[in-house]
Amino acid sequence: MIDQDVLERVLGVAARGGADFAEVFVEDKRSSSAVLDDGRVEELTSGRDRGAGIRVVAGESTGFAHTADLSEAGLVAAAAIASEAARAQGSGTREVALDADTAPRPNVVRILPGDVPKARKVELLTRADHAARAQGAAVTQVMARYSDSRRRILVANTDGTLASDDQVRTVFSISCVATGDTGMQTGRETLGHTVGFELFDDHDVEELAARAAQRAVTKLAARPAPSGQMPVVIGAGGGGVMFHEACGHGLEADLVAKGASVFRDRVGEQVASPLVTLVDDGTMGGEWGCFAIDDEGRPAQRNVLIQDGVLVDYMWDGLRARRAGRPSSGNGRRQSYQHLPMVRMTNTYLLGGRGDADSIVADTPSGVYIAHLGGGQVNTATGDFVFGMTEAYLIEDGRITEPLREGNLIGNGPEVLRNIDAVAADFAMGPPGTCGKDGQGVPVGDGVPTLRVHGLTIGGTAA
Amino acid sequence: MANHDDDPGALLALAEQVAGWARDDEGVEVVVGHSRETEVRAYDGEIESFVASESRGVGIRVVQGSRQGFAWAGSHDLDVLRETLAEAQDNARFATEDPHVGLAEPDGVAPVALELHDGRLDSVPTERKLQLALELERCILAGDPRMAGVESADYSDAVSVAAVVSSTGIRALERDSVCSLSAYSLAGDGDETTTGFGFSVARSPEDLDLEACAADAVDRAVRLLGAGRMPTGRLTVVLDPWVTAQLLSVVAEAFSGTEVLRGRSWLADRVGEKVAPEWVTLADRPTDPRWIGAASVDDEGLATRTVPLIEAGRVQGFVHDSYSARATGTTSTGSAVRAGHRSTPSAGVRAVVLDPGAAAPARILAEVGEGLYVSEVQGMHSGVNPVSGDFSTGVEGMVIRDGALAEPVREITIASTLPRMLSGIRAVGDDLTPLPLDAAGVTLAIDDVSVSGS
Repeated sequence: MIDQDVLERVLGVAARGGADFAEVFVEDKRSSSAVLDDGRVEELTSGRDRGAGIRVVAGESTGFAHTADLSEAGLVAAAAIASEAARAQGSGTREVALDADTAPRPNVVRILPGDVPKARKVELLTRADHAARAQGAAVTQVMARYSDSRRRILVANTDGTLASDDQVRTVFSISCVATGDTGMQTGRETLGHTVGFELFDDHDVEELAARAAQRAVTKLAARPAPSGQMPVVIGAGGGGVMFHEACGHGLEADLVAKGASVFRDRVGEQVASPLVTLVDDGTMGGEWGCFAIDDEGRPAQRNVLIQDGVLVDYMWDGLRARRAGRPSSGNGRRQSYQHLPMVRMTNTYLLGGRGDADSIVADTPSGVYIAHLGGGQVNTATGDFVFGMTEAYLIEDGRITEPLREGNLIGNGPEVLRNIDAVAADFAMGPPGTCGKDGQGVPVGDGVPTLRVHGLTIGGTAA
Repeated sequence: MANHDDDPGALLALAEQVAGWARDDEGVEVVVGHSRETEVRAYDGEIESFVASESRGVGIRVVQGSRQGFAWAGSHDLDVLRETLAEAQDNARFATEDPHVGLAEPDGVAPVALELHDGRLDSVPTERKLQLALELERCILAGDPRMAGVESADYSDAVSVAAVVSSTGIRALERDSVCSLSAYSLAGDGDETTTGFGFSVARSPEDLDLEACAADAVDRAVRLLGAGRMPTGRLTVVLDPWVTAQLLSVVAEAFSGTEVLRGRSWLADRVGEKVAPEWVTLADRPTDPRWIGAASVDDEGLATRTVPLIEAGRVQGFVHDSYSARATGTTSTGSAVRAGHRSTPSAGVRAVVLDPGAAAPARILAEVGEGLYVSEVQGMHSGVNPVSGDFSTGVEGMVIRDGALAEPVREITIASTLPRMLSGIRAVGDDLTPLPLDAAGVTLAIDDVSVSGS
C-alpha cells in the first residue's frame, strides 16, 4: 500500500525527539451492504475508508493523529502532529529500518465479495424474505441485511515490524416480527464468518430465515420470564457472550493495570470451577474474530486464559506488554485507522467438558434454559454483568417446557465462574458479535458447550 | 485535496459541485462533513493519550425513477467523490421499485437560527485542554479518602460542519461545537470496589462544570460501597436523570415514523390513545439550543421543528423524514437522522424532553416513601425490546426508605413493559438536565416495577 522507504522516513519523523516507540497503521477498507425491508430491496450501499493512524509513545504519554491523505507529505504532517501530541522532547529525526514479516493466514478466502455481481447479493435477500414469510401469516415483517468488507492493513513500527493483512468478512442477518393477540415479538439470526462469498455455499440463508421467523412466532406464546435467582442451563453455541462479559473483559491487561478488574493480582489462583477452561484464539480460521496479524502487526495467537479453573494469564496489547516487559499476546486491536489500539478479545470460548447436554437438563428440577443470549455488558471493576435472553424456556421437572419473553440476566463474574456445576461435550461457536469498548467496536467470536450455572438472577416480571 | 474544507462556504460549494454532476434523469443528494476533534486522557497525574484528528466524509444518495442507491467515502478528493457518485448510481439499479422513494423537497419552513458553534472553543490553547483532564483526575482523587483510582479522566471536543445539497433544491449547512469532561472512577473499601462516573457537556470549555463532574464521579462510586442485593418484589422506582434519559431514548424509538411504517412500533395504532397520566407531556425539541442534540436543519436539509409526541397523556403522532411522511400520506417533521455520512436517513428524534414537574427530587423521594432509587442501568440495549415493549435491565442504586435514600444495592434487575412504565408514571422532577443523548434527563418516579434480586 505504501513503499517501505516512505514508511521508514515517516517513522523517522514520528519518533524524533527521543520517543520510545512510533507506529504507522495504514488501512484501506471497502464495504458493501444491501438491505431488504418490508418486502423491498431498499438500497445497496458501497463505502470506502482509507487512511493512516500514527502513534507515538514517549514515557507515559501516547500521541495519536490520523489522516486520509496517504501521500508522503500527508503522512509526515500527521507524524509531526502525533509526535507533538506525545510531547517528546528534543528534535531531529531518527533512522528506522523495517524488516517485513509474513504471518500465516488463518484461512484462505475463496470468493472475494468484490468479484460477486451485486444481483447475486440481492437475490439472497429475497430468498430469505420468502423463506421467513413462508413460516405463516403471523410473520408480519422481515428485514434482511447482507454486508461484506475487505480490510487491508499494514503496520510498520520502530521495533522494525512491517506486516500486513487482508481481512475479508461476510455477514447476513435477518430480523422478523411476528404479530398475534399478545402483541409483537421479534426473532433474529445472524450468520457471519471471516470468509468471502463462499459463506453461502456452506450455509443456507433460507434455513437461517426460517429459524428467525419461527423464533418470533414461538415467542408470541411466551410467558413473562420469572424473577429471582435460579439454576440456568445455557445451550451449546448460545451463550459464549456470558464468558465474554463475565470474565473476558476483566482479563484485559489495560483494565487490570488500572485496578478496574476483579481479576487483578489473581494469576495462578483458582478463579473458576475446575470445569472451566477458557481460551481466546485469534487463529481460529474463518471465525468472526480471527486475523493473521492484530492491529499492531503481531501474529494472531491462541491464548489459554483459565485452565481447569486456574487463572493462567491476561490478554495483552503492545503498550501494556512493553510496560510489563513481556511480549504482546496478539490482542491489540482497533476499530479503524482513526482509533488507538487497545486490548481486545478475538474468539473467546469455553472448552467442552465430559457431560451430556440432555442429562444436564434432566438433572435440573426447575430453572431456565437459554438457547440464545443477546448482547451483554459488564462492569469489570465489580464483575457485575448482564446479558439479554433472546430465546429462553422454562425448565420444569427436568424438561424444557414453555417459551419465555425477553429479559436480562444479571450475575457477578467471579461468582458465576465458581457456580458452574456442569459442562457438556457438545461445543459450538455462536453467532458473530461486535464488542464495544471505550467507543470502539471490533468483530469478535464466542463459543460454549451446554453448561449449567447453579444460581443466576433472571430479570423477569413473573413472581 | 480541497484545502480549507472546514470553511463552511467551501464545504457547501463542494457539495454543490458534486450535486451538479447529477444526470438529467436522476436526483442526487450530497452530504459532506468535516470535523476536527481533540481527545485528552489523564491517568496517574500524566497525559496518558492525546489524540488530534481531522475527519472528512461524504454520503451520496441517487434516485433514479423509483429506485434509490447510496455510497459513501471518508475523503473529499474529487476522484473519490466521482467514484462514490458512480457507485451510488450503479447501486440504484438493484433496488426494488418503490413509489415513495425520493429526495426531500424544500417545504418553505425557515430554519430557526441557532448558534451551536461557540467560537471561543477555536481559541482554547491545547495546554488548557490538557490541564482540564489532569485537574479532573486530581479533583476526583481528592474528593473522598475512599477514592481508589480513576480509570479514565477525559477532556474531548469536536467542531463539526456538514452541508446537504440536492438536485431538488435543498441547500443546508450546520456547524456545531461540543466539548465534554468525563470520568470513570473507582472507590474501594477493603476487598470491595465500586465504580462511578461523571460528565459535563457544553459548547465551549468555559461552560464546563469540572467541580460538578468530579463530585458526581466521587458520589456515585462512594455511595455504592457496601452495596448488597435486595429482595425480589414489586416497587415504585425513582430514576436518576441519566437513567430517565436512556429510558426516554428507547421510548422514542417507537415514535419513529420509519418504525411505525415498518410495523415495528408498539405505538403504531395508538394515535389519540391515552398511554400516560394526563399531566404528562413529551415532545422532540431540536430547536432548543440547550440540548446537545439540537440542530437547525435535519439530515435531509429541512428545518427542524418541535414535534409533540404525548400531550395530556395521549399519543399525538410520530416524527417523520421525507420517505416515511410520503409513505404514510403526511409531511416531513424535519426529523431525518443519519449515523454520520455512512448511512441514508431514517426518522428519529434529536432532543426528547419530558416536561418537568414542580417537585424537587428530594420531595419526590419523600412522597414515594418506600422504593428503589436507580442511579445506573446495565444492558439497556440487550434487555429492552422497542418492538415488543419488553423492558428488563440490570441496575445499581439505593433503597428508598422513609422517604429518603438508605442503603446501596447492586446486582439486581428491574423489569416491566414500556407501555406499563409510561402509564405508571407517578411524578416528574423539576430538574431537567442536558445530557449527551437524544433525550434530556429528569428525575422520574414510576409505580409497580418488578425488582429481581435475592
